[in-house]
Amino acid sequence: MDLQGLQRVSATEWQIPATGDMRVPAVLYADSDLMADMDNKVREQLVNVTRLPGIVRAAYAMPDAHWGYGFPIGGVAAFDPEAGGIVSAGGVGFDISCGVRTLLTGLKRPQFLPVQHATANELSRAIPAGMGRGGRLQLSVEELTDALTGGARWAVDQGYGEAQDLQRIEEEGQILHAKPACVSPRAFARQLNEVGTLGSGNHYLEVQVVAEIHHEKAATALELARDDIVVSIHCGSRGLGHQIGTDYLRDMVRAAPGFGIRLPDRELACAPINSDLGQNYLGAMRAAANCALANRQVLTHLVRHSFRTLLPEAVIRVLYDVSHNICKEETHDVDGVPRRLFVHRKGATRAFGPGHPAVPASLRAVGQPVLIGGSMGTASFVLVGMESGEARAFSSACHGAGRSMSRTQAAKRWQGRQVVAQLAERGILIRSPSMRGVAEEAPEAYKSVERVVDAAEAAGLARKVARLEPLVCIKG
Amino acid sequence: MPQPRARNPAEPRWEHYSHGADVGIRGIGASLAQAFEGIGLALTAAVTDLANIAPAQRVEIHCAAPGPEDLLYEWVNALVYEMATKHLLFGQFKVQLTDSELSGEAWGEPLDTARHQPAVEVKGATYTDLSIAEGPPGTWTAQCIIDV
Repeated sequence: MDLQGLQRVSATEWQIPATGDMRVPAVLYADSDLMADMDNKVREQLVNVTRLPGIVRAAYAMPDAHWGYGFPIGGVAAFDPEAGGIVSAGGVGFDISCGVRTLLTGLKRPQFLPVQHATANELSRAIPAGMGRGGRLQLSVEELTDALTGGARWAVDQGYGEAQDLQRIEEEGQILHAKPACVSPRAFARQLNEVGTLGSGNHYLEVQVVAEIHHEKAATALELARDDIVVSIHCGSRGLGHQIGTDYLRDMVRAAPGFGIRLPDRELACAPINSDLGQNYLGAMRAAANCALANRQVLTHLVRHSFRTLLPEAVIRVLYDVSHNICKEETHDVDGVPRRLFVHRKGATRAFGPGHPAVPASLRAVGQPVLIGGSMGTASFVLVGMESGEARAFSSACHGAGRSMSRTQAAKRWQGRQVVAQLAERGILIRSPSMRGVAEEAPEAYKSVERVVDAAEAAGLARKVARLEPLVCIKG
Repeated sequence: MPQPRARNPAEPRWEHYSHGADVGIRGIGASLAQAFEGIGLALTAAVTDLANIAPAQRVEIHCAAPGPEDLLYEWVNALVYEMATKHLLFGQFKVQLTDSELSGEAWGEPLDTARHQPAVEVKGATYTDLSIAEGPPGTWTAQCIIDV
């Protein structure tokens, strides 16, 4: 990135002061190496976000920020409905409520390794992954409507999981004020057999081992210890969320002139929060978020079922479930005044610090878990939110590594089979229906997740707790 | 088995271009309609090898939008929808265009995971880089970034 015009506030904070039609400054959190690698488009897109009506304090970029559509991926922006604030379909993205859920298993590495191959094969059979692989659930429109209202709570009521799972999910598994009536028939049609499916692209289900503990006190509270086996699921709201994104992006692009909103980029399409279109989008987006929560809950059930046959001693519990593509209504302190804001996190994770009432009571003393997905074959991290994150970026942190190479380049450079063989030599078993998909997701096509989480910690956004290394990866 | 209509003498062309985590798709043709056919090819090529798709089934697609760029958004998203809900992959396209309406046909076959090895599932077309343009006389391009 061209650093000209940026003010360096600290080793990990950079600011673009508000000039011209920018309503607020743009703030980037990253060290100088990450900044140097960041695309100039991140800067351009972040500055565009500062021009949107009702934005509060600043537009923020997380250390893993990269070029997205409209908003950068790794972008955070909060809007005040009482100040003409907007909600943006582009600011949430197509994969609404895409997120990560991590499960504790109660197993240690030596217990798992003898059945590593068998588990890889069993999970590959049990977890529907990849394009066109439908789920085991074929829902009616009425049943899907219930899922869109009830989220993970609906899934548990249907027998997919345990009531205690809900305590460790954002909003206790159910986003309120969802409006399935604002979801199009096309979005319904794309989802009827996709609840309980992983999807494709960068989505995955991994069996991981805790390789390193960075913060003992927080790790103890999270019940994480070295050599523990955990399972992480990265996926979202599947076809339903994609179609809602498509539908409302178009509607907001067409409606913007009527709202007097000048869009610096069509992809920033938005509508005032206090408008019918804004409210309808929020209702549909919340329905998609519930769909994602139900999806990860059904996948959890499938994992439990698979482990039961191979490792009956496993006790699978939810560590936490967090979404990283979503707009949430939250109260934040702005210049000493609590304000109700609509916080967009696109490729960014909510990261409430210790003591926040939204953090489950059993974790409140250490802060909200922040689950950072690596790429296939690379490490993942568990962090917790820090109190300083509230003033820095409305309690937000990074979400992953981000690509350093395009899919097209990756597919030219690597062969899927070769990637699978190389990872197997390192003790990581990959199962995927598509070898081209594996090549496009080769670990070297991603940036270093270590650098990203180190920068997030140094910037005061979230504290490193544990590093996870993959043992089995099911890719779509 | 239905057969595709006769192809235009000049075949539509397609290419991909890089965009961060996603893929840029571009169709090139002697007319805007042919560029739209080309972008259909580019869309499928993001998922699988076009040579592996038999034109065994035909799907008709109709879109309406205020202008040609909006029609491009609708066309790509209509194809994404048909792929997702019917589990089909399309290898041939025929498009007829007015300023505000599109009538199209897509020819393809059901997804066979083992044979087609689908690399990604397309979530939707974006407005990023979405454009249509007439270059040298008789050369039209249509392009956009797709989210995968």
